[in-house]
Amino acid sequence: MQLSEGGIAMPSPADQAYQLRLYVAGQTPKSVLAFRNLKQICEEHLQGRYEIEIIDLVENPQLAAGDQILAVPTVVRRLPEPIKKIIGDLSNTERVLVGLDLRER
Amino acid sequence: MNRMKKSQGHVGLLEHTPRGPELPKTPTGIRGLDEITRGGLPTGRPTLVCGGPGSGKTLLALTFLVNGASQFDEPGVLLTFEENAAEIASDIASLGFDLPELIKAKKIAVDYVRVERSEIEETGEYDLEGLFIRLDYAIRAVGAKRVVLDTIESLFAGLENDTILRSELRRLFRWLKDQGVTAVITAERGEGLLTRQGLEEYVSDAVILLDHRVHDQVSTRRLRVVKYRGSHHGTNEYPFLINADGISVLPVSSLALQHAAPLERVSSGVASLDEMLSGKGYYRGSTILVSGTAGTGKTSLAAHFLDAACRRGERCLCFLFEESPQQHLRNMRSIGIDLEPWMAAGLLQFHADRPSRYGLETHLASMHQVVADFKPTVTVIDPVTNLMTVGTYADVQAMLTRMIDHLKTESITAMLTSLSPAQTDIDRNESTISSLMDTWIVLANEELGGHHRRGLYVLKSRGMAHSNELREFVLTDHGLTMPAAAGRSPRDIA
Repeated sequence: MQLSEGGIAMPSPADQAYQLRLYVAGQTPKSVLAFRNLKQICEEHLQGRYEIEIIDLVENPQLAAGDQILAVPTVVRRLPEPIKKIIGDLSNTERVLVGLDLRER
Repeated sequence: MNRMKKSQGHVGLLEHTPRGPELPKTPTGIRGLDEITRGGLPTGRPTLVCGGPGSGKTLLALTFLVNGASQFDEPGVLLTFEENAAEIASDIASLGFDLPELIKAKKIAVDYVRVERSEIEETGEYDLEGLFIRLDYAIRAVGAKRVVLDTIESLFAGLENDTILRSELRRLFRWLKDQGVTAVITAERGEGLLTRQGLEEYVSDAVILLDHRVHDQVSTRRLRVVKYRGSHHGTNEYPFLINADGISVLPVSSLALQHAAPLERVSSGVASLDEMLSGKGYYRGSTILVSGTAGTGKTSLAAHFLDAACRRGERCLCFLFEESPQQHLRNMRSIGIDLEPWMAAGLLQFHADRPSRYGLETHLASMHQVVADFKPTVTVIDPVTNLMTVGTYADVQAMLTRMIDHLKTESITAMLTSLSPAQTDIDRNESTISSLMDTWIVLANEELGGHHRRGLYVLKSRGMAHSNELREFVLTDHGLTMPAAAGRSPRDIA
Protein backbone atom coordinates (compact mmCIF):
# COMPACT_ATOMS: atom_id res chain seq x y z
CA MET A 1 0.00 0.00 0.00
CA GLN A 2 1.40 3.38 -0.92
CA LEU A 3 0.44 6.99 -0.60
CA SER A 4 0.42 8.79 -3.90
CA GLU A 5 -0.23 12.44 -4.70
CA GLY A 6 -3.80 11.74 -5.60
CA GLY A 7 -4.52 10.31 -2.13
CA ILE A 8 -4.64 6.75 -0.92
CA ALA A 9 -4.04 4.37 -3.75
CA MET A 10 -5.13 0.81 -3.15
CA PRO A 11 -3.01 -1.39 -5.35
CA SER A 12 -5.32 -3.59 -7.31
CA PRO A 13 -5.25 -7.22 -6.20
CA ALA A 14 -3.96 -8.02 -9.63
CA ASP A 15 -0.56 -6.59 -8.71
CA GLN A 16 -0.02 -8.46 -5.49
CA ALA A 17 1.80 -11.64 -4.73
CA TYR A 18 -0.21 -14.14 -2.71
CA GLN A 19 1.47 -16.17 -0.05
CA LEU A 20 -0.85 -18.95 1.05
CA ARG A 21 -0.57 -21.71 3.58
CA LEU A 22 -2.75 -24.75 3.54
CA TYR A 23 -3.00 -26.51 6.87
CA VAL A 24 -4.10 -30.12 6.77
CA ALA A 25 -4.04 -33.07 9.13
CA GLY A 26 -2.76 -35.99 7.15
CA GLN A 27 -3.75 -37.09 3.67
CA THR A 28 -7.50 -37.17 4.08
CA PRO A 29 -10.08 -36.92 1.31
CA LYS A 30 -10.93 -33.47 2.64
CA SER A 31 -7.36 -32.25 2.52
CA VAL A 32 -6.78 -33.64 -0.94
CA LEU A 33 -9.97 -32.01 -2.15
CA ALA A 34 -9.05 -28.71 -0.53
CA PHE A 35 -5.64 -28.67 -2.16
CA ARG A 36 -7.09 -29.48 -5.56
CA ASN A 37 -9.72 -26.74 -5.25
CA LEU A 38 -7.19 -24.20 -4.02
CA LYS A 39 -4.75 -24.98 -6.77
CA GLN A 40 -7.44 -24.63 -9.39
CA ILE A 41 -8.70 -21.31 -8.07
CA CYS A 42 -5.18 -19.91 -7.86
CA GLU A 43 -4.35 -21.02 -11.38
CA GLU A 44 -7.45 -19.29 -12.60
CA HIS A 45 -7.21 -16.04 -10.68
CA LEU A 46 -3.66 -15.63 -9.46
CA GLN A 47 -1.60 -17.25 -12.10
CA GLY A 48 2.11 -16.65 -11.70
CA ARG A 49 1.86 -14.70 -8.44
CA TYR A 50 0.94 -17.15 -5.79
CA GLU A 51 2.71 -19.62 -3.63
CA ILE A 52 1.10 -22.43 -1.63
CA GLU A 53 2.86 -23.95 1.33
CA ILE A 54 1.30 -27.11 2.71
CA ILE A 55 1.66 -27.79 6.39
CA ASP A 56 0.67 -31.18 7.70
CA LEU A 57 -0.12 -30.78 11.38
CA VAL A 58 0.20 -34.48 12.02
CA GLU A 59 3.88 -34.08 11.25
CA ASN A 60 4.30 -30.60 12.69
CA PRO A 61 1.78 -30.24 15.49
CA GLN A 62 3.73 -27.36 17.02
CA LEU A 63 2.85 -25.17 14.03
CA ALA A 64 -0.89 -25.17 14.76
CA ALA A 65 -0.80 -22.57 17.50
CA GLY A 66 1.16 -19.95 15.52
CA ASP A 67 -1.53 -19.32 12.93
CA GLN A 68 -4.30 -20.13 15.44
CA ILE A 69 -5.44 -23.18 13.52
CA LEU A 70 -8.41 -25.12 14.89
CA ALA A 71 -10.21 -26.34 11.83
CA VAL A 72 -8.67 -28.29 9.01
CA PRO A 73 -8.34 -27.79 6.18
CA THR A 74 -7.55 -24.10 6.67
CA VAL A 75 -6.03 -21.77 4.12
CA VAL A 76 -4.21 -18.82 5.60
CA ARG A 77 -3.54 -15.85 3.39
CA ARG A 78 -0.27 -14.55 4.87
CA LEU A 79 0.21 -11.98 2.13
CA PRO A 80 -1.15 -9.60 1.13
CA GLU A 81 -2.12 -8.39 4.56
CA PRO A 82 -4.36 -8.52 6.52
CA ILE A 83 -4.31 -12.19 7.35
CA LYS A 84 -7.36 -14.06 6.12
CA LYS A 85 -8.50 -17.57 6.82
CA ILE A 86 -10.70 -19.85 4.84
CA ILE A 87 -11.73 -23.08 6.43
CA GLY A 88 -13.26 -26.10 4.78
CA ASP A 89 -12.65 -28.12 1.64
CA LEU A 90 -12.95 -24.95 -0.48
CA SER A 91 -15.74 -26.48 -2.53
CA ASN A 92 -17.57 -23.18 -2.87
CA THR A 93 -15.38 -21.19 -5.25
CA GLU A 94 -17.35 -17.96 -4.74
CA ARG A 95 -16.70 -17.98 -1.04
CA VAL A 96 -13.05 -18.80 -1.50
CA LEU A 97 -12.70 -15.79 -3.81
CA VAL A 98 -14.45 -13.60 -1.26
CA GLY A 99 -12.20 -15.01 1.44
CA LEU A 100 -9.09 -14.22 -0.58
CA ASP A 101 -10.40 -10.71 -1.31
CA LEU A 102 -10.52 -11.50 -5.00
CA ARG A 103 -14.19 -10.69 -5.16
CA GLU A 104 -16.47 -8.22 -3.38
CA ARG A 105 -18.55 -9.69 -0.65
CA MET B 1 12.72 -57.80 31.08
CA ASN B 2 10.73 -56.51 28.18
CA ARG B 3 7.69 -58.39 29.24
CA MET B 4 8.00 -56.85 32.67
CA LYS B 5 8.08 -53.38 31.24
CA LYS B 6 5.08 -53.99 29.10
CA SER B 7 2.93 -54.97 31.99
CA GLN B 8 4.13 -51.98 33.96
CA GLY B 9 3.00 -49.69 31.20
CA HIS B 10 -0.60 -50.12 32.26
CA VAL B 11 -0.46 -48.98 35.81
CA GLY B 12 -4.11 -48.19 35.57
CA LEU B 13 -4.96 -51.83 35.11
CA LEU B 14 -3.05 -52.83 38.20
CA GLU B 15 -4.89 -50.22 40.21
CA HIS B 16 -8.21 -51.13 38.80
CA THR B 17 -10.45 -52.35 41.53
CA PRO B 18 -13.36 -54.64 41.02
CA ARG B 19 -16.54 -52.77 40.23
CA GLY B 20 -17.30 -51.16 43.50
CA PRO B 21 -19.97 -48.67 44.32
CA GLU B 22 -17.71 -45.70 43.57
CA LEU B 23 -15.61 -44.74 40.56
CA PRO B 24 -12.04 -43.56 40.97
CA LYS B 25 -11.86 -39.88 41.89
CA THR B 26 -9.36 -37.14 41.24
CA PRO B 27 -9.08 -34.67 44.11
CA THR B 28 -9.51 -31.01 43.25
CA GLY B 29 -7.72 -29.93 46.40
CA ILE B 30 -10.54 -27.40 46.83
CA ARG B 31 -11.63 -27.41 50.42
CA GLY B 32 -15.14 -28.75 50.72
CA LEU B 33 -15.60 -29.74 47.09
CA ASP B 34 -13.77 -33.00 47.55
CA GLU B 35 -16.02 -33.76 50.52
CA ILE B 36 -19.24 -33.07 48.66
CA THR B 37 -18.12 -35.20 45.74
CA ARG B 38 -16.71 -37.82 48.09
CA GLY B 39 -13.21 -37.61 46.73
CA GLY B 40 -13.15 -35.28 43.78
CA LEU B 41 -14.00 -35.33 40.09
CA PRO B 42 -14.39 -38.53 38.09
CA THR B 43 -10.91 -39.66 37.10
CA GLY B 44 -10.30 -39.78 33.38
CA ARG B 45 -13.62 -38.15 32.57
CA PRO B 46 -14.80 -34.68 31.73
CA THR B 47 -16.68 -32.57 34.24
CA LEU B 48 -18.75 -29.62 33.17
CA VAL B 49 -18.59 -26.52 35.36
CA CYS B 50 -21.24 -23.99 34.42
CA GLY B 51 -22.27 -20.64 35.78
CA GLY B 52 -22.98 -17.06 34.84
CA PRO B 53 -20.36 -14.40 34.29
CA GLY B 54 -18.28 -13.86 37.42
CA SER B 55 -19.56 -17.00 39.08
CA GLY B 56 -16.03 -18.29 39.63
CA LYS B 57 -15.95 -21.10 37.10
CA THR B 58 -12.60 -20.14 35.64
CA LEU B 59 -11.11 -19.83 39.11
CA LEU B 60 -12.47 -23.23 40.08
CA ALA B 61 -11.02 -24.77 36.92
CA LEU B 62 -7.65 -23.09 37.38
CA THR B 63 -7.51 -24.16 41.03
CA PHE B 64 -8.15 -27.74 39.97
CA LEU B 65 -5.30 -27.46 37.50
CA VAL B 66 -2.79 -25.72 39.74
CA ASN B 67 -3.52 -27.99 42.71
CA GLY B 68 -3.04 -30.98 40.45
CA ALA B 69 0.34 -29.74 39.31
CA SER B 70 1.55 -28.62 42.72
CA GLN B 71 -0.04 -31.04 45.22
CA PHE B 72 -0.92 -34.22 43.38
CA ASP B 73 1.92 -34.54 40.91
CA GLU B 74 -0.54 -34.33 38.03
CA PRO B 75 0.62 -31.92 35.34
CA GLY B 76 -2.07 -30.07 33.49
CA VAL B 77 -3.02 -28.35 30.27
CA LEU B 78 -5.01 -25.17 30.05
CA LEU B 79 -6.65 -24.55 26.72
CA THR B 80 -8.15 -21.14 27.10
CA PHE B 81 -10.41 -19.21 24.78
CA GLU B 82 -10.25 -16.17 27.01
CA GLU B 83 -8.51 -13.32 25.34
CA ASN B 84 -6.72 -11.97 28.34
CA ALA B 85 -3.53 -13.87 29.06
CA ALA B 86 -2.60 -11.42 31.81
CA GLU B 87 -5.87 -12.12 33.58
CA ILE B 88 -5.22 -15.85 33.63
CA ALA B 89 -1.75 -15.26 35.02
CA SER B 90 -3.10 -12.96 37.72
CA ASP B 91 -5.85 -15.46 38.62
CA ILE B 92 -3.19 -18.08 39.10
CA ALA B 93 -1.04 -15.60 41.02
CA SER B 94 -4.02 -15.04 43.32
CA LEU B 95 -3.82 -18.74 44.15
CA GLY B 96 -0.24 -18.15 45.19
CA PHE B 97 1.39 -19.59 42.10
CA ASP B 98 3.53 -18.18 39.38
CA LEU B 99 2.22 -19.29 36.00
CA PRO B 100 5.48 -18.69 34.10
CA GLU B 101 7.27 -20.78 36.76
CA LEU B 102 4.80 -23.64 36.41
CA ILE B 103 5.17 -23.50 32.66
CA LYS B 104 8.94 -23.45 32.92
CA ALA B 105 8.87 -26.43 35.26
CA LYS B 106 6.75 -28.26 32.67
CA LYS B 107 3.95 -28.72 35.14
CA ILE B 108 1.44 -26.72 33.19
CA ALA B 109 1.11 -26.03 29.50
CA VAL B 110 -1.10 -23.20 28.27
CA ASP B 111 -2.48 -22.73 24.80
CA TYR B 112 -4.37 -19.53 24.09
CA VAL B 113 -6.90 -20.14 21.36
CA ARG B 114 -8.25 -17.21 19.41
CA VAL B 115 -11.03 -17.40 16.88
CA GLU B 116 -11.79 -14.24 14.97
CA ARG B 117 -14.94 -14.70 12.97
CA SER B 118 -14.32 -11.59 10.91
CA GLU B 119 -11.18 -13.03 9.38
CA ILE B 120 -12.59 -16.47 8.69
CA GLU B 121 -14.53 -17.59 5.67
CA GLU B 122 -16.14 -21.02 5.72
CA THR B 123 -16.64 -23.14 2.69
CA GLY B 124 -17.42 -26.81 2.61
CA GLU B 125 -16.58 -29.60 4.95
CA TYR B 126 -14.06 -29.29 7.75
CA ASP B 127 -13.32 -30.72 11.14
CA LEU B 128 -11.57 -29.46 14.26
CA GLU B 129 -8.60 -31.76 14.01
CA GLY B 130 -6.36 -28.71 14.44
CA LEU B 131 -7.77 -28.25 17.93
CA PHE B 132 -7.27 -31.91 18.74
CA ILE B 133 -3.68 -31.75 17.53
CA ARG B 134 -2.96 -28.69 19.64
CA LEU B 135 -4.47 -30.27 22.70
CA ASP B 136 -2.66 -33.52 22.09
CA TYR B 137 0.61 -31.68 21.61
CA ALA B 138 0.19 -29.80 24.89
CA ILE B 139 -0.83 -32.94 26.78
CA ARG B 140 2.27 -34.75 25.56
CA ALA B 141 4.53 -31.80 26.28
CA VAL B 142 3.91 -32.00 30.03
CA GLY B 143 2.51 -35.51 30.40
CA ALA B 144 -0.79 -33.99 31.46
CA LYS B 145 -3.27 -35.84 33.63
CA ARG B 146 -5.61 -32.88 33.91
CA VAL B 147 -7.06 -30.66 31.22
CA VAL B 148 -9.07 -27.49 31.48
CA LEU B 149 -11.04 -26.08 28.54
CA ASP B 150 -12.05 -22.52 29.36
CA THR B 151 -14.53 -21.65 27.73
CA ILE B 152 -14.92 -23.88 24.72
CA GLU B 153 -18.34 -22.42 24.01
CA SER B 154 -16.56 -19.39 22.57
CA LEU B 155 -16.19 -21.51 19.46
CA PHE B 156 -19.88 -21.02 18.75
CA ALA B 157 -19.25 -17.34 18.31
CA GLY B 158 -16.24 -17.95 16.08
CA LEU B 159 -17.54 -20.61 13.74
CA GLU B 160 -20.60 -20.62 11.53
CA ASN B 161 -21.34 -24.27 11.12
CA ASP B 162 -23.13 -25.38 14.27
CA THR B 163 -23.64 -28.91 13.02
CA ILE B 164 -19.95 -29.54 12.48
CA LEU B 165 -19.09 -27.81 15.74
CA ARG B 166 -21.49 -29.93 17.76
CA SER B 167 -20.38 -33.20 16.29
CA GLU B 168 -16.75 -32.18 16.78
CA LEU B 169 -17.36 -31.25 20.42
CA ARG B 170 -18.98 -34.61 20.96
CA ARG B 171 -15.91 -36.20 19.40
CA LEU B 172 -13.63 -33.99 21.53
CA PHE B 173 -15.21 -35.07 24.81
CA ARG B 174 -15.01 -38.70 23.79
CA TRP B 175 -11.39 -38.16 22.76
CA LEU B 176 -10.60 -36.61 26.15
CA LYS B 177 -11.95 -39.74 27.80
CA ASP B 178 -9.82 -41.90 25.52
CA GLN B 179 -6.76 -39.92 26.60
CA GLY B 180 -7.63 -40.78 30.19
CA VAL B 181 -7.30 -37.18 31.31
CA THR B 182 -9.51 -35.71 33.99
CA ALA B 183 -10.99 -32.68 32.33
CA VAL B 184 -12.87 -29.62 33.48
CA ILE B 185 -14.90 -27.83 30.84
CA THR B 186 -16.33 -24.47 31.75
CA ALA B 187 -19.48 -23.14 30.17
CA GLU B 188 -21.73 -20.14 30.40
CA ARG B 189 -25.08 -20.64 32.09
CA GLY B 190 -27.94 -20.54 29.56
CA GLU B 191 -31.59 -19.54 29.63
CA GLY B 192 -33.52 -22.53 30.87
CA LEU B 193 -30.50 -24.69 30.18
CA LEU B 194 -27.46 -25.44 32.26
CA THR B 195 -25.25 -24.10 29.51
CA ARG B 196 -25.93 -21.70 26.70
CA GLN B 197 -25.07 -24.27 24.05
CA GLY B 198 -26.49 -27.32 25.77
CA LEU B 199 -23.06 -28.82 26.40
CA GLU B 200 -24.49 -30.85 29.27
CA GLU B 201 -25.80 -33.13 26.56
CA TYR B 202 -22.23 -34.07 25.63
CA VAL B 203 -20.61 -34.10 29.01
CA SER B 204 -22.74 -36.42 30.99
CA ASP B 205 -20.36 -37.67 33.66
CA ALA B 206 -20.42 -34.82 36.11
CA VAL B 207 -21.96 -31.37 36.09
CA ILE B 208 -21.29 -28.67 38.68
CA LEU B 209 -23.34 -25.51 38.72
CA LEU B 210 -22.07 -22.26 40.20
CA ASP B 211 -24.38 -19.47 41.12
CA HIS B 212 -23.76 -15.90 42.14
CA ARG B 213 -26.76 -14.06 43.49
CA VAL B 214 -26.98 -10.54 44.73
CA HIS B 215 -29.83 -9.90 47.08
CA ASP B 216 -30.19 -6.56 48.84
CA GLN B 217 -26.73 -5.64 47.57
CA VAL B 218 -25.29 -8.63 49.34
CA SER B 219 -23.65 -11.25 47.23
CA THR B 220 -23.84 -14.94 47.82
CA ARG B 221 -22.10 -17.70 45.93
CA ARG B 222 -23.49 -21.19 45.76
CA LEU B 223 -22.32 -24.45 44.26
CA ARG B 224 -24.38 -27.48 43.37
CA VAL B 225 -23.38 -30.85 41.99
CA VAL B 226 -26.17 -31.30 39.48
CA LYS B 227 -25.04 -34.66 38.26
CA TYR B 228 -22.35 -37.17 39.03
CA ARG B 229 -22.74 -40.41 37.19
CA GLY B 230 -21.86 -43.51 39.13
CA SER B 231 -21.21 -41.68 42.36
CA HIS B 232 -22.99 -40.53 45.42
CA HIS B 233 -22.80 -36.82 45.99
CA GLY B 234 -24.44 -34.13 48.02
CA THR B 235 -27.29 -32.56 46.08
CA ASN B 236 -27.73 -29.46 48.18
CA GLU B 237 -26.68 -26.01 47.22
CA TYR B 238 -23.49 -25.31 49.09
CA PRO B 239 -22.29 -21.82 49.80
CA PHE B 240 -18.79 -21.19 48.61
CA LEU B 241 -16.26 -18.53 49.13
CA ILE B 242 -13.72 -16.78 46.97
CA ASN B 243 -11.18 -14.95 49.06
CA ALA B 244 -7.46 -14.44 49.45
CA ASP B 245 -6.97 -18.19 49.87
CA GLY B 246 -8.79 -18.95 46.66
CA ILE B 247 -11.97 -20.93 46.48
CA SER B 248 -13.53 -23.04 49.21
CA VAL B 249 -16.86 -24.73 49.52
CA LEU B 250 -18.77 -25.17 52.71
CA PRO B 251 -20.09 -28.68 52.94
CA VAL B 252 -23.20 -28.75 54.97
CA SER B 253 -23.26 -31.76 57.16
CA SER B 254 -26.04 -34.24 57.02
CA LEU B 255 -28.48 -32.58 59.40
CA ALA B 256 -29.37 -36.10 60.40
CA LEU B 257 -29.12 -35.37 64.12
CA GLN B 258 -26.41 -37.89 64.65
CA HIS B 259 -24.21 -35.83 66.87
CA ALA B 260 -22.40 -37.43 69.67
CA ALA B 261 -23.84 -36.31 72.98
CA PRO B 262 -20.90 -35.99 75.34
CA LEU B 263 -21.70 -36.25 79.02
CA GLU B 264 -18.76 -34.10 79.96
CA ARG B 265 -19.65 -30.76 81.50
CA VAL B 266 -17.84 -27.47 81.15
CA SER B 267 -17.99 -24.53 83.52
CA SER B 268 -19.78 -21.36 82.48
CA GLY B 269 -17.03 -19.43 84.24
CA VAL B 270 -19.51 -18.19 86.84
CA ALA B 271 -19.69 -20.49 89.85
CA SER B 272 -23.23 -19.55 90.82
CA LEU B 273 -24.45 -20.06 87.26
CA ASP B 274 -22.85 -23.50 87.20
CA GLU B 275 -24.81 -24.14 90.34
CA MET B 276 -28.05 -23.24 88.58
CA LEU B 277 -27.12 -25.70 85.83
CA SER B 278 -27.39 -28.69 88.16
CA GLY B 279 -24.09 -27.71 89.69
CA LYS B 280 -21.86 -28.55 86.76
CA GLY B 281 -22.28 -26.03 83.98
CA TYR B 282 -23.00 -26.64 80.29
CA TYR B 283 -22.66 -29.88 78.39
CA ARG B 284 -19.63 -30.04 76.19
CA GLY B 285 -20.60 -29.76 72.54
CA SER B 286 -23.93 -28.17 73.37
CA THR B 287 -25.20 -24.86 72.10
CA ILE B 288 -26.07 -22.07 74.50
CA LEU B 289 -28.17 -19.02 73.74
CA VAL B 290 -27.76 -15.96 75.94
CA SER B 291 -30.46 -13.44 75.25
CA GLY B 292 -31.36 -10.09 76.70
CA THR B 293 -31.94 -6.46 75.87
CA ALA B 294 -29.09 -4.00 75.39
CA GLY B 295 -26.70 -3.70 78.29
CA THR B 296 -27.89 -6.72 80.25
CA GLY B 297 -24.47 -8.36 80.35
CA LYS B 298 -24.60 -10.90 77.53
CA THR B 299 -21.09 -10.19 76.33
CA SER B 300 -19.81 -10.34 79.91
CA LEU B 301 -21.31 -13.78 80.40
CA ALA B 302 -19.70 -14.89 77.17
CA ALA B 303 -16.36 -13.47 78.27
CA HIS B 304 -16.55 -15.47 81.48
CA PHE B 305 -17.16 -18.57 79.47
CA LEU B 306 -14.19 -17.84 77.17
CA ASP B 307 -11.95 -17.06 80.11
CA ALA B 308 -12.88 -20.30 81.88
CA ALA B 309 -12.31 -22.35 78.74
CA CYS B 310 -8.89 -20.78 78.17
CA ARG B 311 -7.99 -21.49 81.78
CA ARG B 312 -8.68 -25.15 81.03
CA GLY B 313 -6.31 -24.81 78.07
CA GLU B 314 -9.05 -25.02 75.45
CA ARG B 315 -8.88 -23.23 72.12
CA CYS B 316 -11.55 -20.58 71.78
CA LEU B 317 -12.87 -18.69 68.83
CA CYS B 318 -14.93 -15.55 69.20
CA PHE B 319 -16.85 -13.96 66.33
CA LEU B 320 -17.71 -10.35 66.98
CA PHE B 321 -20.39 -8.67 64.93
CA GLU B 322 -20.75 -5.52 66.95
CA GLU B 323 -17.46 -4.51 68.50
CA SER B 324 -13.86 -4.58 67.47
CA PRO B 325 -11.59 -6.97 69.39
CA GLN B 326 -9.92 -3.94 71.01
CA GLN B 327 -13.22 -2.56 72.28
CA HIS B 328 -14.19 -5.97 73.49
CA LEU B 329 -10.92 -6.49 75.35
CA ARG B 330 -11.14 -3.06 76.97
CA ASN B 331 -14.76 -3.52 78.05
CA MET B 332 -14.10 -6.92 79.52
CA ARG B 333 -11.04 -5.65 81.34
CA SER B 334 -13.33 -3.13 83.06
CA ILE B 335 -15.16 -6.01 84.71
CA GLY B 336 -11.91 -7.72 85.60
CA ILE B 337 -11.70 -10.24 82.78
CA ASP B 338 -8.43 -9.94 80.92
CA LEU B 339 -8.55 -12.01 77.76
CA GLU B 340 -5.42 -10.59 76.23
CA PRO B 341 -3.01 -13.15 77.73
CA TRP B 342 -5.08 -15.93 76.16
CA MET B 343 -4.78 -14.24 72.80
CA ALA B 344 -1.05 -13.92 73.28
CA ALA B 345 -0.88 -17.60 74.21
CA GLY B 346 -2.66 -18.48 70.99
CA LEU B 347 -5.63 -20.01 72.79
CA LEU B 348 -8.10 -17.29 71.89
CA GLN B 349 -8.79 -15.80 68.51
CA PHE B 350 -11.18 -13.00 67.62
CA HIS B 351 -12.82 -12.47 64.27
CA ALA B 352 -14.65 -9.21 63.91
CA ASP B 353 -16.72 -8.43 60.85
CA ARG B 354 -19.53 -6.17 59.81
CA PRO B 355 -22.64 -8.25 59.22
CA SER B 356 -23.59 -6.16 56.22
CA ARG B 357 -20.34 -6.89 54.47
CA TYR B 358 -21.55 -10.12 52.94
CA GLY B 359 -24.58 -12.30 52.66
CA LEU B 360 -25.42 -14.89 55.25
CA GLU B 361 -24.05 -17.71 53.19
CA THR B 362 -20.76 -15.98 52.79
CA HIS B 363 -20.57 -15.33 56.51
CA LEU B 364 -21.39 -18.93 57.13
CA ALA B 365 -18.74 -20.09 54.70
CA SER B 366 -16.09 -17.81 56.09
CA MET B 367 -16.92 -18.75 59.69
CA HIS B 368 -16.75 -22.35 58.68
CA GLN B 369 -13.33 -21.78 57.22
CA VAL B 370 -12.07 -20.03 60.34
CA VAL B 371 -13.37 -22.87 62.51
CA ALA B 372 -11.67 -25.41 60.26
CA ASP B 373 -8.40 -23.48 60.45
CA PHE B 374 -8.33 -22.75 64.17
CA LYS B 375 -9.95 -25.95 65.43
CA PRO B 376 -11.50 -24.50 68.57
CA THR B 377 -13.38 -26.45 71.22
CA VAL B 378 -15.35 -23.37 72.24
CA THR B 379 -16.91 -20.82 69.93
CA VAL B 380 -18.77 -17.63 70.75
CA ILE B 381 -20.85 -15.61 68.30
CA ASP B 382 -21.57 -12.16 69.69
CA PRO B 383 -24.22 -11.18 68.85
CA VAL B 384 -25.79 -13.63 66.48
CA THR B 385 -28.79 -11.32 66.05
CA ASN B 386 -26.67 -8.88 64.06
CA LEU B 387 -26.34 -11.51 61.38
CA MET B 388 -30.10 -11.64 61.18
CA THR B 389 -30.22 -8.24 59.61
CA VAL B 390 -28.69 -9.55 56.40
CA GLY B 391 -31.14 -12.26 55.48
CA THR B 392 -34.72 -13.32 55.47
CA TYR B 393 -36.30 -15.30 58.29
CA ALA B 394 -36.01 -18.61 56.43
CA ASP B 395 -32.45 -17.92 55.33
CA VAL B 396 -31.36 -17.10 58.84
CA GLN B 397 -32.87 -20.23 60.23
CA ALA B 398 -31.26 -22.35 57.54
CA MET B 399 -27.91 -20.71 57.99
CA LEU B 400 -27.87 -21.02 61.75
CA THR B 401 -29.09 -24.58 61.61
CA ARG B 402 -26.16 -25.41 59.43
CA MET B 403 -23.67 -23.51 61.52
CA ILE B 404 -24.87 -25.04 64.76
CA ASP B 405 -25.08 -28.43 63.19
CA HIS B 406 -21.51 -28.14 62.07
CA LEU B 407 -20.32 -27.02 65.50
CA LYS B 408 -22.14 -29.91 67.13
CA THR B 409 -20.67 -32.38 64.70
CA GLU B 410 -17.26 -31.15 65.75
CA SER B 411 -18.28 -31.28 69.43
CA ILE B 412 -17.59 -27.58 69.74
CA THR B 413 -19.38 -25.92 72.65
CA ALA B 414 -20.99 -22.82 71.22
CA MET B 415 -22.41 -19.75 72.87
CA LEU B 416 -24.56 -17.36 70.86
CA THR B 417 -25.66 -14.07 72.27
CA SER B 418 -28.91 -12.57 71.13
CA LEU B 419 -30.03 -9.00 71.49
CA SER B 420 -33.73 -8.77 72.30
CA PRO B 421 -35.45 -5.58 71.23
CA ALA B 422 -37.79 -5.27 74.20
CA GLN B 423 -37.76 -6.17 77.82
CA THR B 424 -40.10 -9.13 78.12
CA ASP B 425 -40.77 -9.91 74.52
CA ILE B 426 -39.29 -13.06 73.23
CA ASP B 427 -38.35 -11.89 69.84
CA ARG B 428 -39.18 -13.73 66.69
CA ASN B 429 -35.50 -14.03 65.90
CA GLU B 430 -35.03 -15.91 69.10
CA SER B 431 -37.89 -18.26 68.49
CA THR B 432 -36.25 -18.85 65.11
CA ILE B 433 -33.24 -20.38 66.70
CA SER B 434 -34.41 -21.41 70.15
CA SER B 435 -35.32 -24.92 69.05
CA LEU B 436 -31.71 -25.40 68.01
CA MET B 437 -30.46 -24.47 71.46
CA ASP B 438 -29.70 -26.83 74.27
CA THR B 439 -29.49 -24.16 76.90
CA TRP B 440 -31.17 -20.77 76.93
CA ILE B 441 -30.21 -18.17 79.46
CA VAL B 442 -32.24 -14.97 79.65
CA LEU B 443 -30.80 -11.77 81.07
CA ALA B 444 -33.04 -8.93 82.14
CA ASN B 445 -32.84 -5.41 83.54
CA GLU B 446 -35.38 -4.19 86.02
CA GLU B 447 -36.13 -0.86 87.55
CA LEU B 448 -36.99 -1.44 91.15
CA GLY B 449 -37.41 1.47 93.52
CA GLY B 450 -35.21 3.70 91.43
CA HIS B 451 -32.59 0.96 91.26
CA HIS B 452 -31.32 -0.63 88.17
CA ARG B 453 -31.10 -4.33 88.85
CA ARG B 454 -29.88 -7.16 86.74
CA GLY B 455 -31.43 -10.60 86.71
CA LEU B 456 -30.74 -13.90 85.07
CA TYR B 457 -32.65 -17.14 84.67
CA VAL B 458 -32.28 -20.41 82.82
CA LEU B 459 -35.23 -20.66 80.44
CA LYS B 460 -34.28 -24.12 79.38
CA SER B 461 -31.40 -26.52 79.54
CA ARG B 462 -31.84 -29.89 77.96
CA GLY B 463 -30.74 -32.98 79.77
CA MET B 464 -30.29 -31.51 83.24
CA ALA B 465 -32.32 -30.45 86.22
CA HIS B 466 -31.70 -26.74 86.09
CA SER B 467 -32.82 -23.98 88.41
CA ASN B 468 -35.98 -22.07 87.56
CA GLU B 469 -35.10 -19.13 89.70
CA LEU B 470 -34.55 -15.60 88.55
CA ARG B 471 -31.27 -14.68 90.16
CA GLU B 472 -30.07 -11.17 90.59
CA PHE B 473 -26.52 -10.48 89.62
CA VAL B 474 -24.10 -7.58 89.54
CA LEU B 475 -21.24 -6.72 87.25
CA THR B 476 -18.29 -5.81 89.40
CA ASP B 477 -14.68 -5.06 88.64
CA HIS B 478 -14.01 -8.69 89.31
CA GLY B 479 -16.68 -10.06 87.06
CA LEU B 480 -20.26 -11.17 87.20
CA THR B 481 -21.30 -12.21 90.68
CA MET B 482 -24.56 -13.22 92.21
CA PRO B 483 -25.17 -11.84 95.66
CA ALA B 484 -25.86 -14.38 98.36
CA ALA B 485 -29.30 -15.92 98.73
CA ALA B 486 -30.49 -13.06 100.91
CA GLY B 487 -30.22 -10.69 97.96
CA ARG B 488 -32.20 -12.95 95.70
CA SER B 489 -35.38 -11.73 94.22
CA PRO B 490 -37.12 -14.87 93.15
CA ARG B 491 -39.69 -14.01 90.62
CA ASP B 492 -41.57 -15.93 88.08
CA ILE B 493 -41.10 -14.18 84.81
CA ALA B 494 -43.45 -16.39 82.86
